Amino acid sequence: MAKLTINEDACKGCSLCTRVCPKHILELNREKLNAKGYHPIHCINMDECIGCASCARMCPDVVFTVER
Amino acid sequence: MAVVFEKTKMLTDVPFHYCPGCTHGIAHRLLAEAIEELGKEDEAIGVAPVGCAVFAYNYFNCDMMEAAHGRAPAVATGIKRVHPDKLVFTYQGDGDLASIGTAEIIHAAARGEKITTIFINNAIYGMTGGQMAPTTLEGQVTTTSPYGRKKEHCGLPIKMSEIIATLDGAAYVERVSMHDVPNIIKAKNAIKKALQYQIAGKGFSFIELLSTCPTNWGMTPADALEWLKDNMIPYYPLGVKKEVEL
Repeated sequence: MAKLTINEDACKGCSLCTRVCPKHILELNREKLNAKGYHPIHCINMDECIGCASCARMCPDVVFTVER
Repeated sequence: MAVVFEKTKMLTDVPFHYCPGCTHGIAHRLLAEAIEELGKEDEAIGVAPVGCAVFAYNYFNCDMMEAAHGRAPAVATGIKRVHPDKLVFTYQGDGDLASIGTAEIIHAAARGEKITTIFINNAIYGMTGGQMAPTTLEGQVTTTSPYGRKKEHCGLPIKMSEIIATLDGAAYVERVSMHDVPNIIKAKNAIKKALQYQIAGKGFSFIELLSTCPTNWGMTPADALEWLKDNMIPYYPLGVKKEVEL
């Protein structure tokens, strides 16, 4: 049981987090644009998140908060 | 549920201006977290460089000073000598530190100034538009080396950590990388150790972080990390270059 909170407006859509997520549950949200004009990252299956915080450690813009 | 990761209080709420996927953001976070974990939030004073990180003073939640290009170690020397009880760091890129600021960094290290320098090496000038830097790899294409850097024309890239490690005043010198999560964790430990050397008054401490510049390398952020791993690490080997007893 883990919870991921994403500061979508700080995301620049670089996708480095998708590369390090062991569960492959992070994707760019093509349906949405944030305040900066990027497609922000979103979690497609929160139930699978293990709260390892790899995404948060890789993210250059510190958009993730991880609870476990 | 307990919070296992959140943005450190040592970073302000100002969003980074860096390009998507730029590792400057990771380096800022690691340094900020290291200061917070050492409980030195109220004693830290940073010196920002000229280059992409010129606005670093907007991002760190401590007193910051902006230095002229390359002169951050000289400014930090002044701050540390007036405030010997403060934790003083410089944050500099390779154009700033390895080119115009070579004299300042060498002499700050030689004098054994009790400051910590965080050196971002991305093998290119970022802010000015991707020109060749002293750290640009042989064969690397930049706007001022369109056919690739040639040894007979420009020599080989400068290895700053190895140079600093030869100086008596340097207490702790390590090169780390930010191309994957394990190396990012190692990088933070290295930064924390460098700050501890300063706190213990052992002398000059220097951490070189191998970084990417996806925009000026002309790659996606993910490809840039792979390029770093495959091309920069063989020429710039990771590890501790100098360590006196703590």
